Order: sequence, then structure tokens, then C-alpha cells
Amino acid sequence: MDAILQTENLWVEYRAHGLKLESKPALKGLNLSVSAGEVFGFLGPNGAGKTTTINVLLGFIPPTRGAAYLFGIDVRQPIARQRIGYLPEMTYYYKFLTAEELLRFYARIFGIPHVEAEKRIDRLLKLVELEPARKRFIKTYSKGMQQRVGIAQALINDPDLLILDEPTSGLDPLGRMKVREIIQRLKNEGKTVFFSSHELGEVETICDRVAIINNGELKTIGGVDEVIGPNHTNLEKAFLDIIGYQPQSAL
Amino acid sequence: MNTIWALTGVVIKELYRRKDLYVLFVLTAVITLAAGSMEFFHDPNIVRYVKDLCMLLIWVSALLITITMAARQIPAERESRTIFPLLAKPVTRGQVILGKFLGCWLASGTALAVFYLFFAVITGSREHYWPVLDYFQAFLLQWIMLGIVTAMTLLGSIVFAAPSSTVTILFIVVAGILFLGRHLNTVALHNAEPLRSLIYTIYFIIPHLELFDVRERVVNDWGLVNWLDCGLAALYAAAYTGLFLLLTWLGFRRKSLT
Repeated sequence: MDAILQTENLWVEYRAHGLKLESKPALKGLNLSVSAGEVFGFLGPNGAGKTTTINVLLGFIPPTRGAAYLFGIDVRQPIARQRIGYLPEMTYYYKFLTAEELLRFYARIFGIPHVEAEKRIDRLLKLVELEPARKRFIKTYSKGMQQRVGIAQALINDPDLLILDEPTSGLDPLGRMKVREIIQRLKNEGKTVFFSSHELGEVETICDRVAIINNGELKTIGGVDEVIGPNHTNLEKAFLDIIGYQPQSAL
Repeated sequence: MNTIWALTGVVIKELYRRKDLYVLFVLTAVITLAAGSMEFFHDPNIVRYVKDLCMLLIWVSALLITITMAARQIPAERESRTIFPLLAKPVTRGQVILGKFLGCWLASGTALAVFYLFFAVITGSREHYWPVLDYFQAFLLQWIMLGIVTAMTLLGSIVFAAPSSTVTILFIVVAGILFLGRHLNTVALHNAEPLRSLIYTIYFIIPHLELFDVRERVVNDWGLVNWLDCGLAALYAAAYTGLFLLLTWLGFRRKSLT
């Protein structure tokens, strides 16, 4: 199957400021490949390089070495982002706009014709249950509502690939469940979802394959069952083992 | 072009949903109204003085709106991190700059048009004289000049750390050009080398914003500037605006977002 998201020997080094001018590698030769229709979990502790990888995939930062491709197009080309939807970890939207204005704005960026855009806006606001609040300014929304606007904007172009950066972070159990339901629904529609998360239970439920990185290096990649293997009872235990976590009582 | 117009629309929406524009407009309107309502015993010199004062107010208000609005566009996108979902779409940084520029320029043009309309109605109702073309030409030239100021401010917002620094520096630079720009060559003549060459260089490099100031003509009723000269001034402004936008793009292209 063709990879729709691919990184080849991806290195990212951040230049250090101050007297010590040694650069710090955030990614060390990362090789990833995600096929169409997969739900792919991208896991790692804080500072492992998950967000850096997503930043490279979205063209926010250039790789120091290696390359990344979306649909076979180098991520440095803006056109590579035509068929993707992105949901950032935090809600970063124009708070002086209403939900429908925000969606209309993004629809216009994708060149979606007006009539079609209005249909999609109606459908998406229903999907994320924001229909009653569609004319309210985003600044008046709760965090959960803002996250749901984020999901709607990520889906406005009917993307083939969704990149979600910790989509359930900071949400209450109800909000988390709603986001999970939406991801499940997208999976059933055959969309490819690439998401980073710390909620390992949810990853175990939804994902087809996972990759675990630590200190910028890929530690393992494979099907969920494969990664859990015979020696662990669940993904959390496998994760802790793979990143080399030692409980204090064992030291 | 769709992307640029979409960005432009957001900038304009932001402007009319913020309260500072209305405060400035009400302030300008009240002063213009108060000045225009006074009885001066039909003394033409005092009427001219009041008109001059009102036009100065319009110039200052338009510059305030333009500089403060343009200075916060890109820093606000980075600070509130709205730049991330935006650039995750098929949008280039060049389109972001063009969208911001057009948005600010159109918004400042709209505010300027309202100011001029108000000024024309007040003075016209007092003097029973309606030099519509003169006002239109003054508006047009000022708006073209605001294009240069908008592009300069966007460049400043990439170079300087905080929007407040950009606003302060741009105000000083723009005021300096407006008040001293036309005299720099004379100042250069009165200085010895190498200062003379330096002042001459500055004289030839800076955009001469004062070329677009026809307040004196409007106030004294000296008639229209030749439209061909206006066209040349527009080309001059387009060249400087293009240059500043290019420099802004070069700076923003290399700017880290994270």
C-alpha cells in the first residue's frame, strides 16, 4: 500500500542560544510510514520529539537533514497540505470570529465553492454539536467547545489525512469521549488519522498501528498487539518498558 | 487570490470588532464637529485655520489607526498561535503578508473615507460649498500614502520584538519623514563631508510621504493637482510598498514560528 505520510532519516537540530553553541538534536533519523486508511498513534514522553515531527510534517520548521512527504509531496511545498486536516494541541483560533465565520474563512482558503462550503459548515457544526452556538464568538466558548471547533476546522476540506496533536488533552471525560467517537467515525469512513497522545488506553482502543519515540529516536513501530507483545498486559506497560522507565521501588 | 482575500476579510472583521477604532473615530468626530460648529463672523482666515486643524486631526487619526493595526497583525498571529492552524493549510507566508497588507490598507481606507465624508459634510454645511473632487483627491493621495506606511509597519513588526516598539518607532519615522523629509537636501548642503553624503543618501532612500500631503491646497482652495502627477505619485508609492513588502516577506520567511 502507498504511504501517504512518510519521513526518511529525519533529523531536526535546534540551535542553542548563549555561550554554548552546541545544537541539540530533537529528532535523530526518524523513519515513519503511514498507509492510507490507518489510524496511527504517535507516542512518546514529553520532549520525545512528537510535536517536532508534526511541526516538520506541517512545514512549520525545516528538517536539518532527511525529508518528509505527505501524499508523496515534499512537506516544504504548501500544496502538500491541500488534503490534510490539522488539530493543534491547544485551541488557537481567531476569538473575534464566530464558529461559522471561522469555518467559512478556512473553506475559502481551500477554494471550496460557497454553496458547498455552507453545506459542509452545517454538517460539521452538527457533527461536533455546536449548531446552537454557531453564531457566538469563539471567545465565549468553553475549552471543550473550542476543541470541537478545532475538529470542525480540521475537517472542512474533507481531508484524506488528519494530523491530531494530543486531541483530547485537557478535556473532561465527556469531551474526550466525543473526540474519540469522531476519530472512530473518521476511521470508519476510511480516513487516515495520525495522532499523538498520552492517553494510552484510548490509543489502544482506536489505533491500528503505533510508533513510540524517545529522545528523538524511534524505539518501536508496529500493530498495537505486536507492540504490546506477549510480555505485557496492555499498551501502557509496554510503553513504559520500551522507553526504559524504572519504577523508584525497583531502583 | 482566494486565500489573500480570505485573510483580508479577517483583518477587516477584527478592526470593526475592536473598540479602539470607535473611540478614535468618536474623538475625531467630536473635535471636527465642535470646530465646525463655531461661529467665526465669516472670517475666511479663521475658517481656513479650523479646516487645517480638522485635516491635521484626520491625518493623525488615520496614521494612528494604520500603524497600530498593522503593527500587531503578525506578532498577534504568532503570540496567539493562530498562525499554526493557518499555515497548516495550503497557505504560504507570502500570502499571509499580502492578506495582512490588503486587510490593513482597505480597513484604513474605509476609516479614512468615513473621516473625509464627515469632514466634507460639516464644512459643506457651514460654508455651503462642496469641493467634492478636491476632497476625493486628498483622500486618494492620503490613502495611497497609507499603503506605504502599512507596508513599512509590517516590516517593522518583523524586525522589532514587540508591537509597542514597532508603533513608537514607526510614528517617529513617519513623523520625521513628514516634517523633515523635504528639507533634508537643504540640511545636507549646510554640512561638511561625510555627513553631507550621509544626509543626501537618506534623502534619496526614504519614501517622501510629504508628496501625498495636499492639505494646504484643500484648505486654501488652490484647486486640483494634475491627475497625471497623481498617477506618478501612485507609481512611486507602489514601488516603495512593493519593496517594503518584499523585505517583510524575506524576514518572515526565515522567522521561526516555534
